[in-house]
Amino acid sequence: MTEQPLLVLKGVHTHIGRYHILQGVDLEVYAQRVSVLLGRNGAGKTTTLRTILGLWHASAGEISFDQHRLNTLDPPAIARLGIAYVPENMGIFSGLSVRENLLLGTGPKGFRNSRLEEVLASFPLLREKWNLPAGTLSGGQKQILAIARAMMLPRRLFVVDEPTKGLAPAMVDVLLDAFLRLKEGGATILLVEQNFAMAATLGDDAAVMEDGRIVHVSSMAALAQDEALQTRLLGLSLASHQ
Amino acid sequence: MKPSERTLPVLLVLLIAALGFAAMPFTDWLTLSAAGLAMGMMLFLMVAGLTLIFGLMDVLNFAHGAFITFGAFAAGTVFARFPQLVASDRWEENLLILALAALAAALLSGALGFGFERVAIGRVYGAHLRQILLTTGALIVAEQLAIVIWGPDAIPVLKPAGLRGSFLIAGAAIEKYRVVAALFGLFVFLLLQGILAHTRIGIIVRAGVENREMVEALGYRIRPLFAGVFVAGAALAGVGGAMWATYAATVTASLGSDLTVLIFIVVIIGGLGSVGGSFLGALLVGLVTNYVGFLAPKLALLSNILLMAAILLWRPRGLLAAGGR
Repeated sequence: MTEQPLLVLKGVHTHIGRYHILQGVDLEVYAQRVSVLLGRNGAGKTTTLRTILGLWHASAGEISFDQHRLNTLDPPAIARLGIAYVPENMGIFSGLSVRENLLLGTGPKGFRNSRLEEVLASFPLLREKWNLPAGTLSGGQKQILAIARAMMLPRRLFVVDEPTKGLAPAMVDVLLDAFLRLKEGGATILLVEQNFAMAATLGDDAAVMEDGRIVHVSSMAALAQDEALQTRLLGLSLASHQ
Repeated sequence: MKPSERTLPVLLVLLIAALGFAAMPFTDWLTLSAAGLAMGMMLFLMVAGLTLIFGLMDVLNFAHGAFITFGAFAAGTVFARFPQLVASDRWEENLLILALAALAAALLSGALGFGFERVAIGRVYGAHLRQILLTTGALIVAEQLAIVIWGPDAIPVLKPAGLRGSFLIAGAAIEKYRVVAALFGLFVFLLLQGILAHTRIGIIVRAGVENREMVEALGYRIRPLFAGVFVAGAALAGVGGAMWATYAATVTASLGSDLTVLIFIVVIIGGLGSVGGSFLGALLVGLVTNYVGFLAPKLALLSNILLMAAILLWRPRGLLAAGGR
């Protein structure tokens, strides 16, 4: 790969309290590609994403995003660089309506009609639930709302943490379609995903974490074809998922 | 929160009013209900900011009573400065002096709130023990400062002439000032609800109360927003103090600390971070205080503690707790 990566992590360490979670993470995310971060539970995937977003402070190392050094910025400044975050718990505001949740994903001028129509066309159920409190949505509907909110502005990078966790298979398919549309639109996505089949379908690049470090980097296609490698790194294989 | 979960606390307020109705003669009930509503509205003015401050930034501000005290003294000073407006028998001049007193209270308490947030509160985010120590100490300092400025004795606060006395409605005496206080509190509640529900800044505040971290990850800075809410909350507490002092016809340096327990009871009953909850909590406290004071005076002091305990047994997070709190 010859082009410059959009996001680079070099030797990133993160401490949470007295725990040393990230122990020198090196990662590159390239523009207009889907990079999937894989690994067993507790490997440090979510901490990596939260450190990129500035929600945990990196105690050592460098995080750069298109010439900007993220280590020195706070979460609002990082978000304003065009980085959208969809956390594992979705970050939906239950007491706010669907409309209000989406409004928070827009800029100071509020909804831009063309963008809103585009998002609502992708997720028609949000139009049906427009004025309902987001707390009344199902888990899958909340996940769709979280992704739609992230899409309310043009983004340079989507950081998405386990979007299919705990969802019914039908809803996983809806989400997969949404991510495929994003991908076709040229979005750059850094995705943490436990559902290996979905990761294999969406991903261009794969990185596997273990004990707070990246221990494997390859194309997703290469990892998807190597069952022995999958079993060694992840304790499961794509075949066992299907 | 399901709609039914929001309806039940409203029904509870109506139930308390109905119980009062059943337990006493109608004229007494009407008089006490009006007094309870007025008291509740004034309490709401005092606590609206406190609950949002806790909801947004997890800040326990025991110095909130100081804003009440200074607001009350500001009102007393304005009344003393313009005795001709206070004594005037023209209602528009009476309302003008009341508005001036409320404005002075809001400005003084708001300015103090701005300084306090900058100098003190900003240093203790995320540290509850330090917040309690710092804000409790600040309340003591503020009380002594009020004594230095206005003296140790109670200062009389004369109601504007047109707001003294009572209406007679269905044989019950309803104090005019209580009606004004209740209407003003209701106006502020509706205004606050309107801002929180229909403006972008209000939506960000509500979202911040639920999940501050996610709001920041969406690109919004919570700190300046919190400072704004803190100042607005302090200003409202000042207005509440001004209304209370005018109602009580006197103000002392200990007014804020005397009311601190009561305002925390209201915030806890309402649910931390919830303006609507605080509104209902304030109404409940106002009505229960007045009914119990009439029916069983010996229980009056205990009634609000018992009310809080009962509500927390029913809803451990308060009537309408915001977000995940």
